[in-house]
Amino acid sequence: MPTPLLKIAEVIRSKNSGPYELTLDIIFRDWEIFRRVCAARLITPERIAGLYRVPVADVLAIIEFEPAKAIKINLRRPIPSGSPGDTDVYGAQQHAPLLDLEFELP
Amino acid sequence: MEEMRILSPTAILGYGFPQSSFEEGLRRRPDVIAVDAGSTDPGPYYLGSGVCFTDPRAVRRDLTLILEAALERRIPVIIGSAGGSGGTVHLQRDLGLLREIAAERGWRFRVAVIGAEIAKETVEGHWRAGKVSPLPPAPELTEDDIRDSVRIVAQMGLEPVLAGLATGADVVLAGRCYDPAVFAAKAVQQGFDPGPAVHLGKILECAAIAATPGSGSDCLLGYLYPQAFEVEPLNPARRCTTLSVAAHTLYEKSNPYLLPGPGGTLDLRETRFEQVGESRVRVSGSRFVRSDPYKLKLEGVRRIGYRTVAIAGVRDPVMIREIDAIIAGVRERVADNFKSEPFTYRLDFKVYGKNGVMGGLEPHPAPDGHELGMVIEAVADTQDWANTICGFARSTMLHFGYPGRIATAGNLAFPYSPSDFKAGEVYAFSIYHLMEVDDPCQYFPVEVVAV
Repeated sequence: MPTPLLKIAEVIRSKNSGPYELTLDIIFRDWEIFRRVCAARLITPERIAGLYRVPVADVLAIIEFEPAKAIKINLRRPIPSGSPGDTDVYGAQQHAPLLDLEFELP
Repeated sequence: MEEMRILSPTAILGYGFPQSSFEEGLRRRPDVIAVDAGSTDPGPYYLGSGVCFTDPRAVRRDLTLILEAALERRIPVIIGSAGGSGGTVHLQRDLGLLREIAAERGWRFRVAVIGAEIAKETVEGHWRAGKVSPLPPAPELTEDDIRDSVRIVAQMGLEPVLAGLATGADVVLAGRCYDPAVFAAKAVQQGFDPGPAVHLGKILECAAIAATPGSGSDCLLGYLYPQAFEVEPLNPARRCTTLSVAAHTLYEKSNPYLLPGPGGTLDLRETRFEQVGESRVRVSGSRFVRSDPYKLKLEGVRRIGYRTVAIAGVRDPVMIREIDAIIAGVRERVADNFKSEPFTYRLDFKVYGKNGVMGGLEPHPAPDGHELGMVIEAVADTQDWANTICGFARSTMLHFGYPGRIATAGNLAFPYSPSDFKAGEVYAFSIYHLMEVDDPCQYFPVEVVAV
């Protein structure tokens, strides 16, 4: 049965990291699941690119941060913060697609 | 010195804090009160227009309480990124507030004012010498980007703040500043290792956001030791946990292990977080690795026009079904109507309920609600032309005929009269780059002002 990310994460959030980059943080509820997710490489650039409908090259980094049992995902901003066409100056509401993410936990 | 206590009252000067938390912090005899006053996060407008994104009355309230406590105890107050964006005009706003408070309360004190605005010629000179590079994914800098910028600030590191402290002033008021520098400066002056000091600054910069429940409008206290630091909230409703503090380390940053700043990188690969009390966390192993050459971050913006917006709602289900074609049709009508006019404009529609928040990143692009929020936005070279385009697009959309239309009286529900709002100047980031400098203090003049 697929596990929804929402069930195993304590925090899912997004923010700018400078005007050209969005940064998404997933902080897991417990260490064991965090390690299983990392070991199985469940959060991949391909999966995130598919979810956000962007080229894989726009997924700039996926970083596991052990001290906070967190995974960070950096995306190229489609439009720099505050430029015409931008929809979210602070980048604070770009996490929502992660709330629907589901995967098979090995 | 074996221990230094640093009080961070609030995440941004003007965001406020409970007096009870602040008093609790004062009871622990802080050696310095430091506060960050700005960010690029609210977007390019504030740096460009010279407007402060923090309200003067709210800033004055916070400043009055901080000054009263610090002057009485003879401890320094250090403020970074004054006025929000840290340009000269922003710095002057906060200096003006300090003068007002001083006059009102009959206080006399000295302020070390540190400028952070940098001349275009200086940036151009460095650019020509190949000393300016983009902070990825920002694009390469061009000469036009520099020339078109209306204001450029450089983010100062620890050194100019140390120079401000060295004047013996009661208050150090810095223009655009690396957020952790104001919290770390006093400690580095006293000989503390910049590793734990800068990492502590990184945690204190957003005040109690690093606690749980987090808040940017509440105080946090930092205890710095030679090899480590500890943090604790001052409101009994909050706790610092290893997780809340570690999680804050990755907040708003691209890489939680390596945090670059002016003059070096905070290396947190060996950092350990330990719970040492009910709501107190100890952090050790953080290192500051100096970089050579010394690099400053530049932030610049250019004006791209003026904006007018109209806000409306759509409830008709047939209209909602046809919305993309209607928008395309309105765009075409506007373009055709003004095709012989000698100006450029940009017309944008934000359709809340249909990709209004995520745009192209939206995984569910089809609308599934029963109403849509519509923001029609025009940006043009002058406010008058922006008004013209927005007004024309609004009236065209109001009466636009579309396939299956059954409601022929009007397509939009306007919540306001007037329906169109002049939003004024519009800016975009033009520079977000690193510049190599020979001297970290060179472009940050310090002036001592008696108020």
